[in-house]
Amino acid sequence: MDLSFSEADQRFRDEIRTWLAENLPAEMAKKVAAGDELGKADLEHWHALLNEKGWLAGGWPTEFGGAGWNPVQRYIFEEECCRVHAPRIVPFGINMLGPVLIAFGNQQQKDYYLPRILNGDDWWCQGYSEPGAGSDLASLRTKAERDGDHYVINGQKTWTTLGQHANRIFCLVRTSAEGKRQEGISFILVDLDTPGIEMRPIRLIEGGHEVNEVFFSDVRVPAENLVGEENQGWTIAKYLLEHERTNIAGVGYSQEAFGKLRGLAQKLKRDGKPLAENAMFATRMANVECALEAMRLTNLRMLMEAQARGDAGSAPSMLKIKGTQIRQEINDLARRAMGPAAAPFPSELVAANIPHPAPADHSRSAHSYFNNRKLSIFGGSNEIQREILAKQMLGG
Amino acid sequence: MDFQPSETRRMLADSITRTLAKQCDYERRRAVAYEEPFHDPALWDALAELGVTGALLGEDKGGFGGEGFDIATVFEAMGGALCPEPMLGQLMGLSVLADAGADCEAALAGEERLALAMGEPGGGSGLEPPETRARQADGGWRLDGRKSVVWGGGSAHRLIVSAAHESGMGLFSVRAEDAAVAPYAMIDGGGAAEVSLDDCPAECLIADGQAALDRAVARGQLALCAEAVGVMDHVQGLLAEYLRTRKQFGVPLSKFQVLRHRLIDLCVELEQARSITLKAADALDRAEGTRAVSMAKALVGQAARQWSEEAIQLHGGIGMTWEAPVSHYAKRLVMIDHQLGDSLWHLERVAEAYKAA
Repeated sequence: MDLSFSEADQRFRDEIRTWLAENLPAEMAKKVAAGDELGKADLEHWHALLNEKGWLAGGWPTEFGGAGWNPVQRYIFEEECCRVHAPRIVPFGINMLGPVLIAFGNQQQKDYYLPRILNGDDWWCQGYSEPGAGSDLASLRTKAERDGDHYVINGQKTWTTLGQHANRIFCLVRTSAEGKRQEGISFILVDLDTPGIEMRPIRLIEGGHEVNEVFFSDVRVPAENLVGEENQGWTIAKYLLEHERTNIAGVGYSQEAFGKLRGLAQKLKRDGKPLAENAMFATRMANVECALEAMRLTNLRMLMEAQARGDAGSAPSMLKIKGTQIRQEINDLARRAMGPAAAPFPSELVAANIPHPAPADHSRSAHSYFNNRKLSIFGGSNEIQREILAKQMLGG
Repeated sequence: MDFQPSETRRMLADSITRTLAKQCDYERRRAVAYEEPFHDPALWDALAELGVTGALLGEDKGGFGGEGFDIATVFEAMGGALCPEPMLGQLMGLSVLADAGADCEAALAGEERLALAMGEPGGGSGLEPPETRARQADGGWRLDGRKSVVWGGGSAHRLIVSAAHESGMGLFSVRAEDAAVAPYAMIDGGGAAEVSLDDCPAECLIADGQAALDRAVARGQLALCAEAVGVMDHVQGLLAEYLRTRKQFGVPLSKFQVLRHRLIDLCVELEQARSITLKAADALDRAEGTRAVSMAKALVGQAARQWSEEAIQLHGGIGMTWEAPVSHYAKRLVMIDHQLGDSLWHLERVAEAYKAA
């Protein structure tokens, strides 16, 4: 048993750390640290910097322009990025569609789309959920009917994250009403400029515009945009969800948030003493730190197993449940620490040039807390994850 | 023993609920609570007309209520509709004015809106001793300092300000136009303001103000507990309805045992919150009032967080949207714990009694 990283892993970490120190733009890191929303330009700029270094698609094989990292290396990269408040890589092209195309796409699709993802020509978004198909994704009804060389798509997708920046969307569509519901689903790529598509913003609880609904009416998509076989979409979707779940524990993000919380609790005073010395508050912090340290190891343990087996199994479900609970608890403490000063809409203060009543780089703590309630809902709610694990253990 | 509200209070609650159903429905509330002045002056007048402001003080002060149960009645009813009217400031302001023996008539009638300017910048609990200074000059008083997150500060005609002076902590009356008031919306709707006092003329209400401030704050804490109970009670209806009507896997969500049980756990917490709030209302003006109010605020704060998070979670993505009423109720439930001491602050105060004498 050896709980330390190998020498090679340590060298890898040093290399990442050095590069980040020299290349992460300070302004960008400042925004990330403050929890500000990054605009499209910032995210594209960060992608370009990473791509130049060859690190944008850490998990892709090198033959497709990826870094070919193993899961532990990818974990180290995430941890190092979080440590210095680097922006998150936009996952839709890199972590979701890319692996799908590599596994299921034909040569033409790989040759055309993969470089475009890496060099930023395409910004992909996801068309999975529908108003009637959330947790029960297989009940999706958006239909694609074959008409000569085209599919004609009608229906509605929702919760399309950052769709406002995207020029393309990958969709799960129903191509057959026969047999089991899962067997009539296909995976198709759609250019958002195609006539008949309308994207509308959904405003979220904290006031931000992060997700959208997408309406399709008689949208004609070339049949060559189908990925894999017709009616093979569910297999692809499951594969994609597994890739979405690498690093799902979000250990790096939790560590980053906990570090911020610790600094905040030392800075803020409660009844004349630093909040960090308030026994009630410190106990809650200590509890979550214990859970986070355990999670860090659980995550690495499961990554090593996955690496050895070549298959993550059900580990992502467990990591998602506990990982999101930890992150949400840290968010709870961060907003709680602010007391009444958590209440203002920070954008209103900025617009009116009013100084924030508490450390300004924590002014979005309530926003982050409310926004991150999504963590236990999206990508398969924590209830669905528990059901996956229970079925595996108990059957049924 | 009788847990039934009095006829008068029941009638007041009913009339508030009816008025809010008409003038503060979901749409209207969403439109009003996040745009300046962050409340609806016409609704304020309507509530005052019903006697809501008058119910906040006892008969000896010119009102017709003033007991813990009157306060709880008003705020629970307002919570049910997520009413953004700045009534908390009115309640605490009136309490100070009454203790000072000042004229309360205009505020009791709702013609004058009050806000209590107590908290200061720096991210404390808002209940620390003030650093704002008061000094005597030209036969009057002058204040210097900054007050932070003053609930209802933007729409108040008069601010009741806590400030330190040579011989202690006093409570002062400041005309809103004499201070620099910068109003903004809060994340859960309703308005607050940053208030800058720069050689600001003030009238001294009570030179030794701690006891009066404590009384006002205790009233406010009780009001927030009752409001949370009203919010949770409403969310209970929203949640039950959603579980009964939303279908996944071919059946309503209400068929899933894990979801059924979680709703019931919440309902148990709601009844606990209701009970401890009754206790706080009953004990408010007695010696054990402070501890009872803290017990209530501690328990309600935790129940409210659980309700908020579970209400969002059980609604799934819908619960994350601005469009869904439940998200605004959920925000209010969490943010109530950011006012007048959070559950940890109050647990600490409850635990003080364990210290050996």
